[in-house]
Amino acid sequence: MLQRYRFEIGCVVALLACFLITQVELNRFYYFAGFAILQYVLISTAWNILGGYGGYINFGTAGFLGLGTYVAIAMIQWYGAGIIEQIIVAGALAGLLGLGIGYITLRLKGVYFAIATLAIAIVLETFVNNWDYVGGAAGVSILPPRTPELLGITIVDRKGGGIFYNNKEWLFFLMGALAIASVWIARTIEFGKLGRGLNAIKDNEEAAECMGVPTLKLKLIATVISGALMGVAGAVFPSYLTFVDPPTAFNLEFAVNSLAMPMIGGTFTWIGPVVGSILLGTVQQVAIVTISSEINLLIIGLLLVIFVTIAPHGIVGWFMKKNK
Amino acid sequence: MAEALLKVDSVTKNFGGFTALSEVTTEVKAGERFGLIGPNGSGKTTLINCISGTLTNDGGSIIFDGQDLQGMKAHVRTAAGITRTFQIPRPFHSMTIIDNLKIPLEFVSASGRAQTEIRDEAMSILETMGMAEKADEETSGLTQIELRKLELARAIAAKPKLLISDEAMAGLTGNEVDEVTQILINFNEQGMTIIMIEHIMRAVMQFSQRVICLDAGQLIAEGTPDIIQKDKGVERAYLGV
Repeated sequence: MLQRYRFEIGCVVALLACFLITQVELNRFYYFAGFAILQYVLISTAWNILGGYGGYINFGTAGFLGLGTYVAIAMIQWYGAGIIEQIIVAGALAGLLGLGIGYITLRLKGVYFAIATLAIAIVLETFVNNWDYVGGAAGVSILPPRTPELLGITIVDRKGGGIFYNNKEWLFFLMGALAIASVWIARTIEFGKLGRGLNAIKDNEEAAECMGVPTLKLKLIATVISGALMGVAGAVFPSYLTFVDPPTAFNLEFAVNSLAMPMIGGTFTWIGPVVGSILLGTVQQVAIVTISSEINLLIIGLLLVIFVTIAPHGIVGWFMKKNK
Repeated sequence: MAEALLKVDSVTKNFGGFTALSEVTTEVKAGERFGLIGPNGSGKTTLINCISGTLTNDGGSIIFDGQDLQGMKAHVRTAAGITRTFQIPRPFHSMTIIDNLKIPLEFVSASGRAQTEIRDEAMSILETMGMAEKADEETSGLTQIELRKLELARAIAAKPKLLISDEAMAGLTGNEVDEVTQILINFNEQGMTIIMIEHIMRAVMQFSQRVICLDAGQLIAEGTPDIIQKDKGVERAYLGV
């Protein structure tokens, strides 16, 4: 019984842990860093649905993420939308972007698809640079609501009336919940018909098609889900950073990290991206404080080269082989 | 004899300026064992790519089971009852052998059924191929004949009306060729129509009830194995004399 629901129990425990951490009033930096790590759990998990299960490498993570970010900003500018509305709309629009991009590019195989996705971020960034309503190239400052409410419950109140003491804690918890939800979605896909179909596509697309797998449809579904989750990750960004400019939202670092983290963790199963992003995310946060923020890409690059040569199935694959 | 299951009518396929198939017309009857021969590069695989939907023919029409296949995607054709194997085996290498069979079962022939039923079904197909004890092994450890058998088993798992076997015997020993031929004959006896593409003449002549021969994209001979073996055009195509 307990064995069967091990994953679900794990999710609940992780969510509770996220909540308890927000209640112990740590140094504000820990929530800030924890948010970044949890955001990477969400982004890598999203990337892995198409990249890991289906074998289609998406370099456009920053595009989907930036779209989510700027949808949220536009909604705040427009009528001061609440964070949950921002997340839902940003996710939906990023999913639509995935559908559109997928329909055009998924007929391309392998490296051609990867190159096509690389262009998304650049096109969108150019667009936002010229759109003054959301700050244009100069960026925009967001003032989060002082006492946000959800369904009539005060979420954050410095006077102690809300669930969380400050906004960073609330956003940390929210990102934790979103990351856990994304892992749950990825795992459901992995053990379902969609996951098995995507695996067949990764192994041999033509054979999959000839064995009755509707390859284009499955790839589109995966791109939509993957894109929507990236958009969700982006939607929380403006509230978290309070100042956003296009180079931050469309940073190529997201694209590099979102594929390096699953690859280092192991792309074939849901836990790979989780392990990879927690490990590398933590290393990056430590490096930012102790060395410099510029060293991050170097660390990622080196680790990626090491893992691709020594442990091509990632950390999880390596341990599974050892246990056999 | 029964109705035509597959009608290929004036099918043409060009790759740039090269004509791979030129107005090929033929019929395969329901329940037939049909041989397709021809020298390398004669268009055999191109023809079955057009039939199975991995390529689109530029001209002519293909009618299967009364249905025009024009514009129909390969996976829809599989669901309609056409399944093919590949000349070079293309197993799903990250999966176990039984999981390879589960793909066509889950997506086509046993769609919507419970996983345990699908597993039982896959197991019974592996048993008919004599591969049951390998069910949970990885595909990387398979020998040539086992790969060929897996390729056939996976195709059969889609429960096709028409099975197209593309050089299922290349690289096999004499005994193994007989074994695979017997497997195909057994499935034919259960009602499956089979097109065999083969270079091993002994096998294709023994297996087929009717044979066609392609040369440079054109159909040059059609008839019973006896007639084909005596055909001057076929001899010329193969030996160049």
